Amino acid sequence: MGSTAIPAGTKWWSGGKSPFNVNYGKVMMWYFLMSDAFTFGAFLISYGTIRFSVNHWADPNHVFNSFPFAGHANLPLAFVSLMTFILIFSSVTMVLAVHEGHQMNRKGVEKFMIMTIIGGLAFLGCQAWEWTHLLTGEHVALLTDGTLGVIPTTVKMNPWGADLDHSTMMSALQKTSHEGLVAIASTLHHGAESVHHNLSGLTNQELISQISASGLHATHSGPIAFGGYFFGITGFHGFHVFSGVVINIVMYIKTKLGHFDQRGHYEMIEKAGLYWHFVDLVWVFVFLCFYLV
Amino acid sequence: MSASHIDNPEVTFHPDHSGGTGKIWKIFWVLSVLTIIELALGYFLYAKHGELSYVASLSTKSVIAILTLAKAYYIVSVFMHLGDEIRNFIMTIIVPLVLFVWFIIAFLSDGNSWKNLRNTSAGSRPNQVEQVQKEGAEKK
Repeated sequence: MGSTAIPAGTKWWSGGKSPFNVNYGKVMMWYFLMSDAFTFGAFLISYGTIRFSVNHWADPNHVFNSFPFAGHANLPLAFVSLMTFILIFSSVTMVLAVHEGHQMNRKGVEKFMIMTIIGGLAFLGCQAWEWTHLLTGEHVALLTDGTLGVIPTTVKMNPWGADLDHSTMMSALQKTSHEGLVAIASTLHHGAESVHHNLSGLTNQELISQISASGLHATHSGPIAFGGYFFGITGFHGFHVFSGVVINIVMYIKTKLGHFDQRGHYEMIEKAGLYWHFVDLVWVFVFLCFYLV
Repeated sequence: MSASHIDNPEVTFHPDHSGGTGKIWKIFWVLSVLTIIELALGYFLYAKHGELSYVASLSTKSVIAILTLAKAYYIVSVFMHLGDEIRNFIMTIIVPLVLFVWFIIAFLSDGNSWKNLRNTSAGSRPNQVEQVQKEGAEKK
């Protein structure tokens, strides 16, 4: 809390002063953020409603268990923790930029704005990797036509259903085409090209016995709404991060050009900061709803 | 006086921003620790997957949700400086958000009821239509 004492008996509503004691621009930024909070809230509650309405939902610890350059190691929560800490740290550098602005220290504002921009870009890079990993993933799942197939996570399909029992898997394998069996068998070798060529020469029964001997992990196809909600909500958040980075770059340039020194205050940095912190705030909830529970 | 001033007669007083950055770093550590606790609980849910009772897993998830709300409070109050504003203004932001309490209760219970209907014969739409038609025919 600010230590400045409010004059006793101040009549806030008698005219001539802002009843909220803030400038127009800042009030409007807060109200914009409040409306944006309702938008994100509606998205997340809609996601929750659909998730509550089905018997099986994707387990985040299976969906998000990869880390760049870690190969096929099972690392649940690891990558998203990195993303979370990147965003928390960039929030700290943003609030430090606002602090330097209060002290009218241009060099300080420039330094912390650059750090905040780098943090935002790092987060976007992480998200790009995560999306690419899901969209190009190869997981064996039971398709609607009763065969097994190798599918990624997209808005149309995903392999994050319940585990398939052995007998269902065997009967689905019998119905699967030769190309399908080759594709499944090559995932056992992580898709090496030379292996793929050799597999094409095998008969269906040879491929099936190879697949069943491997202890392949196959699943039912996942809840159809998962991809739409995941890519929709993290995409909408990612777009906020992107626009936040653009706003921060504009603010950095204006600081560098001395616009705020001429104006006598750094309130624009505060307003950009409000937006940036809001992006972090939304992530806190996205992190909760998609990754933790 | 080096601190910035917005030359606007409508703003009655300016919150004191002359303090150091100690509070900012303190909140950074608070947020980090809360996140680490959340991650530990999330990992606990993963490690004990299928072993926990419904109540145990639901209460762990509730604790994670409460920690998330605590993080949200610190971000809004300290990083966004809402705590430094006057009460009138804080209320215009916070009071509308109370609607979320009802939204969450209403929609999640709706989703849950949808699931229950799905899992009983009442949820199967053709049957329901047939039953209504049969009842209608009997009345006639």
